[in-house]
Amino acid sequence: MSIQLEIVSPEKVVVSQQVDMAVLPGLEGDIAAMEGHVPMILLLRGGVIHLYVGDKITDSFFVESGFAEMKETGCTVLAKEVKKLDELSEEVATKLLADLEESFKEAAKGNDAERQRELIDEMQNAQVMLELATSVKK
Amino acid sequence: MASLKELRARINSVKSTKKITSAMKMVAAAKMHRAEKRSREAKPFATTMQRILVNLKESLGDRPGMPKLLAGTGKQDLHLLIPMSSDRGLAGGFNGNINRATRDLIQKLLKEGKNVKICPIGFKAYVYFRGEYPDLVVGPEGGDHRLGNVTFETADQVASYIEKLLETQQCDVCTVVYNQFKNVMLQIPTALQLIPLNVAMTEEKQKETLDEKLATRTEQLQAEYLFEPEPEEVLHRLLPQNLRVQLLSAMLETNAGEQGARMTAMDSATRNAGKAIDKLSLHYNRTRQANITSELTEVISGANAA
Repeated sequence: MSIQLEIVSPEKVVVSQQVDMAVLPGLEGDIAAMEGHVPMILLLRGGVIHLYVGDKITDSFFVESGFAEMKETGCTVLAKEVKKLDELSEEVATKLLADLEESFKEAAKGNDAERQRELIDEMQNAQVMLELATSVKK
Repeated sequence: MASLKELRARINSVKSTKKITSAMKMVAAAKMHRAEKRSREAKPFATTMQRILVNLKESLGDRPGMPKLLAGTGKQDLHLLIPMSSDRGLAGGFNGNINRATRDLIQKLLKEGKNVKICPIGFKAYVYFRGEYPDLVVGPEGGDHRLGNVTFETADQVASYIEKLLETQQCDVCTVVYNQFKNVMLQIPTALQLIPLNVAMTEEKQKETLDEKLATRTEQLQAEYLFEPEPEEVLHRLLPQNLRVQLLSAMLETNAGEQGARMTAMDSATRNAGKAIDKLSLHYNRTRQANITSELTEVISGANAA
């Protein structure tokens, strides 16, 4: 009862292994990929993928702006950014958030609605990243 | 017959040429190593994305109102070709192959009465097509047609330009012609159609997908995908990303291929220079010996006469 999980970033294949279940942060809520799942294309929000073998979480990865393809026998995740949880840094996330807020203000001045929406998404991702980084530290 | 002085000068000049070519070979080898790694590591992302979208397209079928990036405009009249070359020469047939392959394609399309535009990436291709088809060359505003260090920004710029052409109905079909990086010795000029997605592909790739298709067919008849959120939204997000990723991947392969081709070219140039030096040295020594012999003969016959 296992599926082949692959997590691919633009730089490399980060994960390629058999897992019993993977919980993905879908845009509209978390979804678990398991064997026999109906084929599905899923957009992801910034969040954490948990890999389960048996009942235990064996590994967790932070992903940002990606999507996943699920099939009966496997699941492929493509994401712009993939990081192990302990690779996340509080400072980097704080700085990123501050930068994004800055650009958001600028976009608001220029009345660029589309850019604003993009930035809100990115800010949410950065927020999640920051929260994770702090919680891992504790 | 060349004098000794002339021969010496020739030998020296070939020697310094050899030094240059062998240095270029070393540099290209080091650069290729990095470029190839980059290209190899970026490949899975691009191929997986392409595969998912191809599956997706098949499962969605020919319903109306599909995004243009996926299904095209429904016409086949306006072609945009994107030949990808390196910025610099001295890489054997690397750029020539791309230019020739693209030119053949252009001539074929023109003969069929199609409208063709060319948006070269890489300075060598740009210079070539500016000379051959000055009226057909187009490009993004402010773009310099250079490959540069191959960054996401360049791919993004070109992709935005393609999207703009597509929106304003100045383009129906978009094809990239680039050197597929097989290994150091072998780069294969390949035409990859980006829009509409994946109808005419290279033979090899077609075979690959055929095999894949067979595999998935036996597994399950046809994957009917569920979408979350709606298919329109998913495609809206994925397609522009795919265009950029495919362009970047082709650019990375071009970059790696350029260094590989240069390395091979410089290697054989170095070897040829070595051979030329041997030949010239032999010639030089023979001439010198002949001169000494004839001088000796003169001296001896002079002494005998006295």
